Amino acid sequence: MPNILMPALSPTMEEGKLAKWLKKEGEAVKAGDVIAEIETDKATMEVEAVDEGVLSKILVPEGAENVKVNTPIGFIAVDGEAEAPSAQVDVVPEPAQPAAPAPQAPPKPSAQPKAPAPAEAEYPADAPMVAMTVREALRDAMAEEMRRDDSVFVMGEEVAEYQGAYKVTQGLLQEFGPKRVVDTPITEHGFTGVGVGAAMAGLRPIVEFMTFNFSMQAIDQIVNSAAKTLYMSGGQMGAPIVFRGPNGAAARVAAQHSQDFAAWYSHIPGLKVVAPYTAADAKGLLKAAIRDPNPVVFLENEILYGQSFDVPRIDDFVLPIGKARIARRGEHVTLVSWSIGMTYAHKAAELLAEEGIEAEIVDLRTIRPMDVETIVRSVMKTGRCVTIEEGWPQSGVGAEIAARLMVDAFDYLDAPVLRVTGKDTPMPYAANLEKLALPSAAEVVEAARAVLYR
Amino acid sequence: MAASNKTRAGRRDPGSTADEKAAPRAPDGSDPIGPIAPAPFTREEDLRAYRDMLLIRRFEEKAGQMYGMGLIGGFCHLYIGQEAVVVGVDMAARPGDQVITSYRDHGHMLACGMDPKGVMAELTGRRGGLSKGKGGSMHMFSREKNFYGGHGIVGAQVSLGTGLGFANWYRGNDSVSLVYFGDGASNQGQVYESFNMAELWKLPVVYIVENNRYAMGTSVTRSSALTDFSKRGASFNIPGRQVDGMDVRAVKAAADAALAWCRRGAGPIILEMQTYRYRGHSMSDPAKYRSKEEVQKMREEHDPIEQVRVRLLAAGVTEAELKKIDAGARAIVSEAAEFATQNPEPDPSELMTDILL
Repeated sequence: MPNILMPALSPTMEEGKLAKWLKKEGEAVKAGDVIAEIETDKATMEVEAVDEGVLSKILVPEGAENVKVNTPIGFIAVDGEAEAPSAQVDVVPEPAQPAAPAPQAPPKPSAQPKAPAPAEAEYPADAPMVAMTVREALRDAMAEEMRRDDSVFVMGEEVAEYQGAYKVTQGLLQEFGPKRVVDTPITEHGFTGVGVGAAMAGLRPIVEFMTFNFSMQAIDQIVNSAAKTLYMSGGQMGAPIVFRGPNGAAARVAAQHSQDFAAWYSHIPGLKVVAPYTAADAKGLLKAAIRDPNPVVFLENEILYGQSFDVPRIDDFVLPIGKARIARRGEHVTLVSWSIGMTYAHKAAELLAEEGIEAEIVDLRTIRPMDVETIVRSVMKTGRCVTIEEGWPQSGVGAEIAARLMVDAFDYLDAPVLRVTGKDTPMPYAANLEKLALPSAAEVVEAARAVLYR
Repeated sequence: MAASNKTRAGRRDPGSTADEKAAPRAPDGSDPIGPIAPAPFTREEDLRAYRDMLLIRRFEEKAGQMYGMGLIGGFCHLYIGQEAVVVGVDMAARPGDQVITSYRDHGHMLACGMDPKGVMAELTGRRGGLSKGKGGSMHMFSREKNFYGGHGIVGAQVSLGTGLGFANWYRGNDSVSLVYFGDGASNQGQVYESFNMAELWKLPVVYIVENNRYAMGTSVTRSSALTDFSKRGASFNIPGRQVDGMDVRAVKAAADAALAWCRRGAGPIILEMQTYRYRGHSMSDPAKYRSKEEVQKMREEHDPIEQVRVRLLAAGVTEAELKKIDAGARAIVSEAAEFATQNPEPDPSELMTDILL
């Protein structure tokens, strides 16, 4: 009695919508027949039958949203088998929990803990909020800036007709046409140079790397051409350009596709490096990056793309590059992170709160220029600091923060700064090893206890 | 700046799926730009070429001397011997066309009309240099003259220059990007990545290969599987021509044809300029990889400036007139050297400026 499980359609997919059943209960199916359509936040995919038999039972109805990967969605009775008894459902490891079909459901409420309002208000307190994914926020940021300024264009692999390898550029080709949404060949070194040259000529390119792993092919143009030209020209000629794309580990894509470049690019004078966590920050900071006259490396994260956050619905929401955000108030220990690292920080802060430890979380948002002042101000209050990043430990961003605190907040530190980082190894493929290679909330909790001498 | 939707004949939108025919080709596909008519120079053209080439020659000779005196530091790559290339191309170009090149860039800047004082003061690392003393011999730029550097990474300027062509395409203007690189850079991967995109999108770029026969100290026959650089675009359907880069008339005629090709939207084109550098790769190169006789032969039989001098004399220009032109070039160079020596170094406060806008 083979059951049909909700398939994972990408390395990071955790759930999806069962959009449509193409076979009815009782209908015969052959291996290879398309039996259903699954919608993720990125794409619609077809599910094919692997076995031959009769679709004896549909367990998850059409239109069901948020169906977890590996949930049984139906049964195929192979030759002569009786229809699946309903009791069979009980033996499946994870019972299906389909939501009721809700094609007209209102936008999903924010899945993330609400951040306290920023210390210095970045938008009116009464601004209406709308839940949106990081992916949508990035797309909206680009679309708004492209509407505002004709010299802004997007180039990269699969950004146009394919609608973005991760669907971040979805719909841009339709609105702006092939001249401003440019599919490039797979040729990172070349198209990055072309982008920088176009920027030197006064256009404002957004260069998408399918992932930042591939930016290593192009790093010479980013560092030697984009970052240094303003200086080498005595201030005459710069490169207003954004390099963006998913950075860091996704899920189970192994060593060459799981690298965090925050420290690499933050090493370079002449670059700005932004790494947002929330959708609001993604939107406001990408708009700022596109307007910035300097080259900006904009590090996104594939796992965050599908996460929803509240984004203020106000005209022209632009955030300042180079300003950190207090994401949670606390007085006992400062946790500093950015991008996906914030998920560990938030989880750890909740666990610590159960022990009576109130952690303050600084979401750095920009790695370079670094808002050391905000970190120092927090550490002056807490006396303790833990940094969290997925990148490697040696010469990492955490190392830089520790060094800056030693100079700027030495007298306020009650314990050495500790770093929670990715392990000092290439990323392994095996699920258990990968988990071990990445930071965890438990490691953050442990580090926080250590700096508190508990 | 507005993105124009104007699309010229033969141009293809990046991302367009339309399977448009490539730019028109000759029936046998071998010589799409057609014969380049040998263009005899008028007396005025010869006089201009003579003056411009001589200025570069005298400037470079002076730079060599000043390097020897310790006034110029670091790397310094002289252009002596190759003058006909930039001067001939510049005579064909028009305002708005962009120029980008490698680190052997002094001649290109002078041909673009950049101030010799500013160039020389940059060589000496002074505040009056074109990059305020922060760029040096290899890194100067001028928005005003559409000169986009001055790049020290071999081949990087080819992608950047293709981007300049992209900007012309995007804006729908008629300007062409003139991208200079050497036989050495011709073996870099990004050159071919750029060729591919330039032809794919029909970008207005003239790729000018200055084949001076040596990639640093490695002769083309020891570094290049195919030494006919005009054919390096063959797999992308980019036409190319070999040009006598020691004859400024041949250079100008080829550049005229190439620029016309680009301006009518036919896409990129390659010109291999067969030239020669008399000096070493840089000042620290004793040039042991070639014989003195080889250099001497080129100087005596093919010198680009001497060729024009002979023509001018035959056309009735007097020795005295030519001497006067030389004196004029020497005066400009002396003034530049004087300025570059007297001008103060940058203020220490300049160390941390111009990093970000």
